[in-house]
Amino acid sequence: MTELPLIGEAVAVAANPQLAGARIGVVTFPGTLDDRDAARAVRLAGATPVELWHADTTLGDVDAVVIPGGFSYGDYLRAGAIARFAPLMSKIIDAANSEAKLPVLGICNGFQILTESHLLPGSMIKNDHLKFMCRDQVLRVENNSTAWTGDYAVGQEITVPLKNQDGQYIADEKTLDALEAEGRVVFRYVGFNPNGSRRDIAGISNAAGNVVGLMPHPEHAVEAGFGPEEGSGTEGLGFFTSVLNKIVGGNK
Amino acid sequence: MPRIVVDVMPKPEILDPQGKAIVGALPRLGFTAFSSVRQGKRFELTVDGEVTEEILAQARDAAETLLSNPVIEDVVNVEVVEA
Repeated sequence: MTELPLIGEAVAVAANPQLAGARIGVVTFPGTLDDRDAARAVRLAGATPVELWHADTTLGDVDAVVIPGGFSYGDYLRAGAIARFAPLMSKIIDAANSEAKLPVLGICNGFQILTESHLLPGSMIKNDHLKFMCRDQVLRVENNSTAWTGDYAVGQEITVPLKNQDGQYIADEKTLDALEAEGRVVFRYVGFNPNGSRRDIAGISNAAGNVVGLMPHPEHAVEAGFGPEEGSGTEGLGFFTSVLNKIVGGNK
Repeated sequence: MPRIVVDVMPKPEILDPQGKAIVGALPRLGFTAFSSVRQGKRFELTVDGEVTEEILAQARDAAETLLSNPVIEDVVNVEVVEA
């Protein structure tokens, strides 16, 4: 599929012929919003996006999965609560926990689905100020040893869009201490905590580092001219190139 | 038809942003007696026929797995209400 960027340089990433063979699944639930952007980010990173439907009962031969943002099932009950029981989710949970440790990235509503699935600890509640918030947000990369952050440096600051209503990350103190001790806080908000998240946590990983969830949206910062005005505007692309390099590296 | 009522509340240690907003609005309407509000959820599960122990057990199970998230909420009540 050829789909060129509308503004800016056509390819932000050095083309690696091995990457195009990498297949990244992007899940769509009823109410998902950002699946197209996530698929586009996968394509711009050099891989092949694969559409996955929530009612599918097999994952196919994908090398990684992105659970994008939106309002799955209208956020009814709790954000992500109903999506968590979709047929495809049980396959994703099994694959993430398997020996193969399928890389899974949950963005925004996808992060909420991963906590409801217990692939990641804690939960999200309504923003402390109660309002929906949309802004360009600076994040600090705290851990670059996950499947999705290898192309960043520890301490690197990136700017990506953030847009949520139920974005306040919470967990009990014991869980938070364990996350910190094990280096599983992957991203922290810098300068401004947009939702009251405990310890400025913007994203976390599971113990193995293959499952990462975050509230802000790297898939909206992959293309010059469309991303945040601060920085390069493409500072979210590293998520997608990271997992590709991980996949290709693992296949060598 | 009998119904099974399930009440879910945010855990006591979790700040309830919605309750906080409500408690802020009450005094503006002259309701000054309330120092705190916590907002929960009530589910009504309708049963066709008699509520057996087995059905009640199913309701409790559903309350813990789907209707509430044990990380942030407690199931505080599961009871049968005759119509």
